Amino acid sequence: MLDLIIAKFNYWVYIVLMMIGLYAMIAKNNYIKKLIGMTIFQTAIMLFYVSIGAKQGATIPIIDHHGDGGDHGEAAEAVGHAVETAAHAAGSLDPDAYVNPLPHVLMLTAIVVGVATLGVAMAVVQKIHDQYGSIEEDEVLKRIKL
Amino acid sequence: MKTIGLLSVLFTGILLMIAVVDFPDWGDPHSPANSYLSTHYIEDVEEETAVPNMVTAVLADYRAFDTMLETSVVFVAGIAIFAILRSIDGTSLAGTTRRLQRRGRSKKEKRKGQGRNRRDEMVAAAEREAAKPDLIVQTTVRLLMPTIQLFALYVIAHGHHSPGGGFQGGVILAAGLILVAMSFGLENTLAQVPEKLSLQLGNLGVLIFAGTGVLCLLLGANFLDYHVLAAIYPATDEIMARSHSMLVVEIGVGFTVMSMLYLIYANLSSHGDLKKGL
Amino acid sequence: MDIVQQAPILMILCPFLGAFAVSLAGLIQRRWCYPLTVLFTAGSAYAGLGTLIQVLRTEGGVIRYRMGGWEPPFGIEFRLDALNAAIALMVVVVALLVAIYSRQTVASETAGKEGHFYTLFLLLTVGVLGISMTGDAFNLYVFLEISSLSSYALIAMGRGRAAFSCFNYIIMGTIGASFYLLGVGYLYIKTGSLNMTDIARILQEHGLYSSNSVRIGFLFILIGVWIKMAFVPLHRWLPNAYTFAPSTTSCLVAPLMTKVSIYVMIRIMFSVFNPEFVFGVGPRSDLVVWLAVIAMMVGSFYALAKNKLKMMLAYLVIAEVGYMVGGAWLANATGLTGAIFHILADGLMTLALFLAAGAIYYKRKSYNIVATKGLFGKMPFTMGAFAIAALSMIGIPPTCGFFSKWYLISGGIEAGHWGFVVGLLTSSMVNAVLFFRILERAYFEKPELPYEPGRQGKNALNFVERKGVDEAPLTMLAPLWAASLGLVLLGVYSGVVIDFISRYVNSVGFQ
Repeated sequence: MLDLIIAKFNYWVYIVLMMIGLYAMIAKNNYIKKLIGMTIFQTAIMLFYVSIGAKQGATIPIIDHHGDGGDHGEAAEAVGHAVETAAHAAGSLDPDAYVNPLPHVLMLTAIVVGVATLGVAMAVVQKIHDQYGSIEEDEVLKRIKL
Repeated sequence: MKTIGLLSVLFTGILLMIAVVDFPDWGDPHSPANSYLSTHYIEDVEEETAVPNMVTAVLADYRAFDTMLETSVVFVAGIAIFAILRSIDGTSLAGTTRRLQRRGRSKKEKRKGQGRNRRDEMVAAAEREAAKPDLIVQTTVRLLMPTIQLFALYVIAHGHHSPGGGFQGGVILAAGLILVAMSFGLENTLAQVPEKLSLQLGNLGVLIFAGTGVLCLLLGANFLDYHVLAAIYPATDEIMARSHSMLVVEIGVGFTVMSMLYLIYANLSSHGDLKKGL
Repeated sequence: MDIVQQAPILMILCPFLGAFAVSLAGLIQRRWCYPLTVLFTAGSAYAGLGTLIQVLRTEGGVIRYRMGGWEPPFGIEFRLDALNAAIALMVVVVALLVAIYSRQTVASETAGKEGHFYTLFLLLTVGVLGISMTGDAFNLYVFLEISSLSSYALIAMGRGRAAFSCFNYIIMGTIGASFYLLGVGYLYIKTGSLNMTDIARILQEHGLYSSNSVRIGFLFILIGVWIKMAFVPLHRWLPNAYTFAPSTTSCLVAPLMTKVSIYVMIRIMFSVFNPEFVFGVGPRSDLVVWLAVIAMMVGSFYALAKNKLKMMLAYLVIAEVGYMVGGAWLANATGLTGAIFHILADGLMTLALFLAAGAIYYKRKSYNIVATKGLFGKMPFTMGAFAIAALSMIGIPPTCGFFSKWYLISGGIEAGHWGFVVGLLTSSMVNAVLFFRILERAYFEKPELPYEPGRQGKNALNFVERKGVDEAPLTMLAPLWAASLGLVLLGVYSGVVIDFISRYVNSVGFQ
């Protein structure tokens, strides 16, 4: 059991974050708190994706031409002096030396989407506040029914 | 609502936990996600695109279509906030709040009498004081701005070789503009970088991106298939054409992100009337 | 360039580039926005027709378009087959009709912001169109977000409770999209791919169907799209959001957003996964069909209880979602054919009804059903088209509503699911009561308004009652009649369409 928690700790962290976010989105009364929950929720998913791409002992997904040592020294050396890219033979790079670039790309998109949604939601909250003079859901509902 | 929320959260949580048992361990280099597409990108990226930064290559070439749409998501957000908040016909939204507040206040005033007024005056005076330009802040911003902008340009231009790219650079540029708006006042900043100009820049950015794609179409390849652009760039082969086009595309992204985030800030902070920001 | 080969991308590029052209034109001269929007959506519809013809002519009936020339799964591809070519064409046709229709409503309801309205309008079209065309699970999420963000803004531009209902929509919509994204992440973690066909292949080859995380990923995707399509019990956000939106927005959003989510559900169920998995080890399909029955009941009866025309139609949208989800989950080919055909039919029906409601509002300044009294005398053409759409909604031949319901009911009988059959018939009965009540009032009673013209009520301020026929302008009537005639045509030629759809259904492989 303990093994399960330690070996997959990244997933447990994201689950906790996600549940916090989801709860805030559904149960909180204040609109801004709902939006904070939304941000936590989205961040949890980003964390999940990025942690998929992690590899133990790997470096950032940028091919290093200068061979400056480190954990990926061998891999870097293999390509170190080959500046002419066309000269690379396929497979000369060790895939285990670099983390998976794809989740990073996907999450860049998700971050942008998150920012955009948050911005639009804030604008709508401002409009609600202008109309009803409150950002508490129950007060707004009371004013609608009046 | 609280119980419904709690129940659905617990339901989701249990599902999430059941799934976790099945997942590969953290940092496992041989998990399916890390060994299929990933391997191809890592091994062939430089050969196929001549860009050592794999994230940039995947972002701006393999999945460039995603990125183009993502840029337009930022654009949509800017336009959306504008459409929701901005008052064009003169009946400002902010005006209604003020009316509401005034109405509320007049009732209270009757009850509380003069004391309320004096407090209001003090608050107004404090606000005026706070709105005064601060010499130290302004001088610091003046000194910082060139560095911020230079760094942003570096981040955009050097995205092929180091972490960075259009989004990151664009955000830094926007942060610079927002910093100016906060220290010199929104109105002064808008006099320098007017709303119309930033809207045009936002359009221009996506059009640069999409235009590159359309150019590929016109030259007979698929949308965003940069290799045909070798015919346009001087002295480049098809691989380098991809690399150069990525830079062009990232510049477009930078334009849109900068101007749209700045517009979003301007509209949100001033309640849509673009008069007085935070 | 080979224009035929490039038809799929041109279909999406027309509105995409158009959005930016309109945005720029709006800065110079707001009058140009409307003709430009019509022009670009028309271009898109033309390309859509070309795409459909290409799908018909291609051997195997599948065309693939690689973005950036990259081989999938490394790059993104558009994948069009018998399922989504027709739906994509429906999307652009709806967008074109609404664009033509929008001239007066946009000018009167969102004055001064036409440039922004049309920009968002076109980007919403791009989003919905992209969802229906893409073959990449993550790309679908990006399109989903484009369409959602622009629909949030288009809805929040309305008056009254628009902002309040829009906020609920944003929260629910974000939860839905995030669940979809999470589900895709689960599939990615197990298969390492994002391309739908590729995921399907890997799931098959590695026998991953029994894996818990794949099952839960599937469930998350389902929950995500159910929220997006307002499937009971996740439907609470929809009626208010659609009711308080500006009338052009509801004309565009109501036919497109829910239908395209149903398309996504069908695509995930049958193209990424397979019937054996979905109905074997997935959540009990029986349960989902019962939920669909509840959706029909909730939608129809709430609609009956409402006295606002638009609110009524919004509840009917929920009922229709029940038809399609139920049809897809009946686990047989007939039900699925009915569900897919109903996506097309319902897109047009909802469009026609909302267009008519918008035209009535434009002339009578009220959504109250009292305002429809005696309307056959005042607005004969609008009410005529409304009547055709209502007949189709009830399911009377020769309109297409009859044929889709026919397939759905046959599917229900084949599956032995009597609850579904009875539910569908009851819901149709309720629809009949609902619409005949309106039509009867409109035909037999004298014109009346729920308020005194020019006296009271915010909306009544500019209202002048005219004598005799007081019909909506031609730009509103033409798309309305096009949609209504489309319903009849789709009914008359239903055989052809069903043949086309069954190409896809046959490839799914029901036992």
